[in-house]
Amino acid sequence: MVSVCFYFQVHQPHRLRNYSVFDISKNHNYFDEKVNEEIIKKVASKCYLPANRLMLELINNHKGKFKISYSITGTALEQFEAHTPKVIESFKALADTGCVEFLNETYYHSLSFLKSKKEFLHQINLHKRKMKSLFNVRPKVFRNTELVFNNELATFIENQGYKGILAEGAEHILGWKSPNFIYMAKTASAKQEVAKIKLLVKNYRLSDDIAFRFSNRQWNEWPLTPTKFADWINQVNGNGDVVNLFMDYETFGEHQWEETGIFDFMRTLPKEILKQKDNEFLTPSDIIKKHDAKDELDFHNFVSWADVERDLSAWLGNDMQKSAFDLLFELEKGVLRTNNLQLIKDWRKLQTSDHFYYMCTKWFGDGDVHKYFNPYESPYDCYIAFMNIINDLRYRVKETL
Amino acid sequence: MRVLMFGWEFPPHSSGGLGTACYGLTKGLSNQKIEVVFVLPKANSMPEKTHVKLVVADNFENAKNLNIAKNLKIRKINSLLVPYADSGVYKKRYSSYQQYYRSKGIENTIYSQDLYEEVQRYALLAKEIAKEEPHDIIHCHDWMTYPAGIEAKKGSGTPLVIHVHATEFDRTAGNPNQFIYEIEKKGMEEADHIMSVSQFTKNKIVQHYGISPEKITVVHNAVEFRDKKFHEKINDGEQVVLFLGRITIQKGPDWFLKAAKKVLKIKPNVKFIVAGSGDMEGFIIEKAAEMGIGDKVLFTGFLQGDNVDKIYSMADLYVMPSVSEPFGITPLEAMRNNTPVLISKQSGVSEVLTHALKVDFWDIDQMANKIVSVLNYSSLHNCLQKNGAKEVANFDWNIPASKCVNVYNGVLGAGCWVLED
Repeated sequence: MVSVCFYFQVHQPHRLRNYSVFDISKNHNYFDEKVNEEIIKKVASKCYLPANRLMLELINNHKGKFKISYSITGTALEQFEAHTPKVIESFKALADTGCVEFLNETYYHSLSFLKSKKEFLHQINLHKRKMKSLFNVRPKVFRNTELVFNNELATFIENQGYKGILAEGAEHILGWKSPNFIYMAKTASAKQEVAKIKLLVKNYRLSDDIAFRFSNRQWNEWPLTPTKFADWINQVNGNGDVVNLFMDYETFGEHQWEETGIFDFMRTLPKEILKQKDNEFLTPSDIIKKHDAKDELDFHNFVSWADVERDLSAWLGNDMQKSAFDLLFELEKGVLRTNNLQLIKDWRKLQTSDHFYYMCTKWFGDGDVHKYFNPYESPYDCYIAFMNIINDLRYRVKETL
Repeated sequence: MRVLMFGWEFPPHSSGGLGTACYGLTKGLSNQKIEVVFVLPKANSMPEKTHVKLVVADNFENAKNLNIAKNLKIRKINSLLVPYADSGVYKKRYSSYQQYYRSKGIENTIYSQDLYEEVQRYALLAKEIAKEEPHDIIHCHDWMTYPAGIEAKKGSGTPLVIHVHATEFDRTAGNPNQFIYEIEKKGMEEADHIMSVSQFTKNKIVQHYGISPEKITVVHNAVEFRDKKFHEKINDGEQVVLFLGRITIQKGPDWFLKAAKKVLKIKPNVKFIVAGSGDMEGFIIEKAAEMGIGDKVLFTGFLQGDNVDKIYSMADLYVMPSVSEPFGITPLEAMRNNTPVLISKQSGVSEVLTHALKVDFWDIDQMANKIVSVLNYSSLHNCLQKNGAKEVANFDWNIPASKCVNVYNGVLGAGCWVLED
């Protein structure tokens, strides 16, 4: 028996405009609303709307046997509400089916856990409230930004009463262990009354077969058919309980264009997987109820789902990223003391991890995934805009207090 | 293989990137066991100091010292041609020669009275050299040598390759001298193949000279590496932003001043150094004074040798604001000295550099924004410095030299073409 768990990440940042040193103290508009609107509309029409239509169709056709889960960031939801309300409606329709679970994360898709537990918790609560107000749900499972995870984070989340948490099935953590079981996080000093949090780890091979390799003609498994993929799932039968397929929702129609056949693949995949009577689709909460943890996993250092390193280096790998991140959080106390809602919101929008990702120089020049998603001509340009904004923010804090 | 190469200048007596490029390229070719006969204009000996500053390209002896002489032979043609000359410069040079020799009681009748005739006279002498020097292919660098290449081809019947380091459109910021334009166009048409130092330049050749893109191969330049490292600093606590290049309309010194003015408004303790000489020098000095930033903009005059590396290492940022730069080796020289660079997008080198800041030459707000950012944000400076030093190490002259050999082989019908990189 294999429980297949689909989890899709839905996220869009508030991209910065080319904020110049001459704007400091004069202009407090940091975000490129025009570009952000263009992108959200484009991705909505290429991905969110058709993908949601497809998921709803699949859920209806399979009469409760096809289940999925989402985590949608606050920054994405705000932009849907402002520019593409139809996307919100379609997610509401999915929520109403009862076959969709919504997970909790930081509202601003931030790395705040690394700097301020207080801010981290605040953003979780903001997101929780948003989930309640939009979809009338109370998430029981947590996923941190970019699956950034360690034992300490698991402990923190466990103490908040969550039942489950998601992490990358990184090889250096798993060792000989399989990602296809449920694990316990190595949490410290959990209170007696708090149930140990369960850990769902991503099967990155099978997830990336869809998310990254689907249209790669150099891949020896190309073309990937639903039958072939279902066969790989079936092979887990007998030596695993779950297959966690975690990926960006933008895989459908944005990373893998419609022409690659990704929608057709997804349209047939549930049927192919359910052909094997022992297979089923479950949401993270179902999985936690159904499967016991087989062992404990020790995430001593931070692990993420980014790049081959699976660490923090995509966001905090170079001096620019580190200094920008440090300076942003040095402003925390001051910003919060102003009680200026606009200022506080601006500060939080700057925490979105994408800004730091754009400053990454690790693979710069190799024309890979970092470049593809980078709205700036170079990581240096992003850093310049970001630092100028930090200086303006500092100025505003000083002026207000 | 033996190449008959026509150039204008050769280091250390060179006044611009062309001499640097020819030196690097011939060194790279020499490593590939290609023999090069390098032909240069050289005037009869003149006293060092006259009222007009003359840089005489006398190189045979230097090349011997440069350790690249193994496969390189230098030949000189007696001529008054100098690089980057226009007819005005040539006339001055010609009359100073005449004055000098007349004062000695000698009537000099060798040289032509104007630049264009001198280029033709040079070309006919080139033809004679082509007849006596055995070679497989002719390779010319920029317009002054194109007529020489065409004549040499007539003399020996071997194929002609021309190497475009700049066009008249670059040098004049879009107001070409018709005579030079025609020489360039004829050279491009008569050539069996063309090498351009960038895609940027290739596009110009296609667009302005009507040459088919298939006839042009892009061969990006590289940079020489030095063991000598300098760590010069002006110890007055002020940061330094550097312009280094000929002070001509092409190099954008006026845009540099405009950006400097903007920077100084919000960051007064910065020095702007302008290193180089050129026909706009006086104008730029006056302009800086007129803009009220005369005390912040320093002029060094023309620099050579170690002084070039010293001034790079002194700078916190090197700016190349060129209006139209076919390639631009200077940013690579700056990076070799661990100095971050801000380069104009209207340059060939911006096609191949990633760890550099880039800006449109006319966008002085952005230029100033980026200058201030490098000066204010040490992480930016450090990342550019560290990554830049790593990146520039890949710019080895052996790479363009190999591409050159591919082009030779293609023209000679041997081996296959490797057109683009």
